Amino acid sequence: MRVMWEAFYDQFIVQGGYKNVLLGLRNTLIIAIAGLVIGIIIGTIVASVQVAGKRNKVARVFAAVGDVYTGIFRGTPIIVQLLIFHYIIFSGINIDGLLEAIIVFGLNSGAYVAEIMRGGILSVDIGQMEAGRTLGLSYPTTMIKIVYPQAIKNVIPTLGNELIALTKDTSVAGYVATMDLTRAFRLIASANYEYIIPYLMLALVYLVIILIFTFIIRFVERRLRKSERRS
Amino acid sequence: MKEEVNAQASEAMAEELHTAMIEVEHLTKKFGDLLVLDDISEKIEQGEKVAIIGPSGSGKSTFLRCLNVLEDPTSGAVYFEGANLCDLRVDINLHRRRMGMVFQQFNLFNNMNVLKNITLAPVHVGVQDLRRIKRRNLRTKICNLFRKKDKKAALEPVETTVRQIKEEAKENAMRLLKRIGLADKAEVYPSTLSGGQRQRIAIVRALAMNPKVMLFDEPTSALDPEMVGEVLELIKELADEGMTMVIVTHEMGFAREVATRVLFMDGGKIVEQGPPAQVFGAPKNDRLKDFLSKVL
Repeated sequence: MRVMWEAFYDQFIVQGGYKNVLLGLRNTLIIAIAGLVIGIIIGTIVASVQVAGKRNKVARVFAAVGDVYTGIFRGTPIIVQLLIFHYIIFSGINIDGLLEAIIVFGLNSGAYVAEIMRGGILSVDIGQMEAGRTLGLSYPTTMIKIVYPQAIKNVIPTLGNELIALTKDTSVAGYVATMDLTRAFRLIASANYEYIIPYLMLALVYLVIILIFTFIIRFVERRLRKSERRS
Repeated sequence: MKEEVNAQASEAMAEELHTAMIEVEHLTKKFGDLLVLDDISEKIEQGEKVAIIGPSGSGKSTFLRCLNVLEDPTSGAVYFEGANLCDLRVDINLHRRRMGMVFQQFNLFNNMNVLKNITLAPVHVGVQDLRRIKRRNLRTKICNLFRKKDKKAALEPVETTVRQIKEEAKENAMRLLKRIGLADKAEVYPSTLSGGQRQRIAIVRALAMNPKVMLFDEPTSALDPEMVGEVLELIKELADEGMTMVIVTHEMGFAREVATRVLFMDGGKIVEQGPPAQVFGAPKNDRLKDFLSKVL
């Protein structure tokens, strides 16, 4: 047991492994959060177009594009997408690995968030839209002022789920692009073939991150539910 | 050349023809293969209070929703103050601001408190108009830079500010809320209110836009029996003030009391119409007799 700890200590402190871990932690958080933000932006646009596509012929064309997009990004593994972006699409461009990971995870999560947002928009009673329209507000105005706020409130728990899934998915980012938590601990573990402590420690770090996220999501959800009687 | 003159003349004629507040011409609505409205033509004059009665599935609500094009008619036209609302070149949002609508399910905005529910549309419209004037003025100013001194174009007057619009809307909303005795509920969210309170606020929300006509789609059907009175009372007050209104209702007593004209619809057609005394007192149509015998 002591040997394991000594080996870990040696790699983590003396050999400077903690620097990688801190960098990895930072990158993991950046990729997950920036990825989700990009995903929410893309997903909201795609979902809006798909909902509008039911009544508008122009939007229907874009909705078809959105379908292809969600189909591709939900239909292939994230690691394959990373490889394709790294070795094919960005191969000629000198792009920062972190940025590359953010783009891929953003696009990937956009496909999932699109479906989440679509469900959220459809969960808002059609009467809300009708009431806005009869007051003389335009379709986009009614969407922005009335439907989206309610839709977002409805999808916060699911978006939280997406954030958690995305955070864990970032563990593959280290294979191609950049330093992340998993890669940092893998380097420590493989330096002297002592796997037990680094990998258990890695799991613990992910667990703590996700518990913190869960807590934040609950908090946000409670704040947004202010206007409802259900508690 | 002559044809052109004729065309212009007939266009002018056509415009003159639609002098009533709302005119419906050969209105037909199909949901898939189901014929809901069957070639309805009808006029509603200013100041009229029209009650629409009929069995469920007769197309009453659809007819009402076609009046402000919430449902797109399959064919036919709806004229509101001379403008054809089915024409895609007509800005429907401008006309809808003059037509208040009240729903069976209230449809208050759940994400806003009562005051915001009422002020949302007036503020939005006011601010939008203000921005439009400012944009136009900016363009004029830029163009003026390239004009000679004596040829400068005049700026449009900017009379209000965003803050003023907001304050006026708030004042107006509070006045309306006081009128229905709910001024103390201005800051609460709709989910904490009773059905009757919600429906009265929905009516007031529509009134805040100063509509010329009010459309009521079964305003009391989703209410507890004891809440019905307060809502009908408010509608009656509006009627007494001279508001033009179209009401789809199952409250026959109310229709008889308030309406100046009653339309009985069945199978997508207006089967019988007339003053309430005549429709309720001496119905001619068999279907109407049958209907009245069941509901009265």
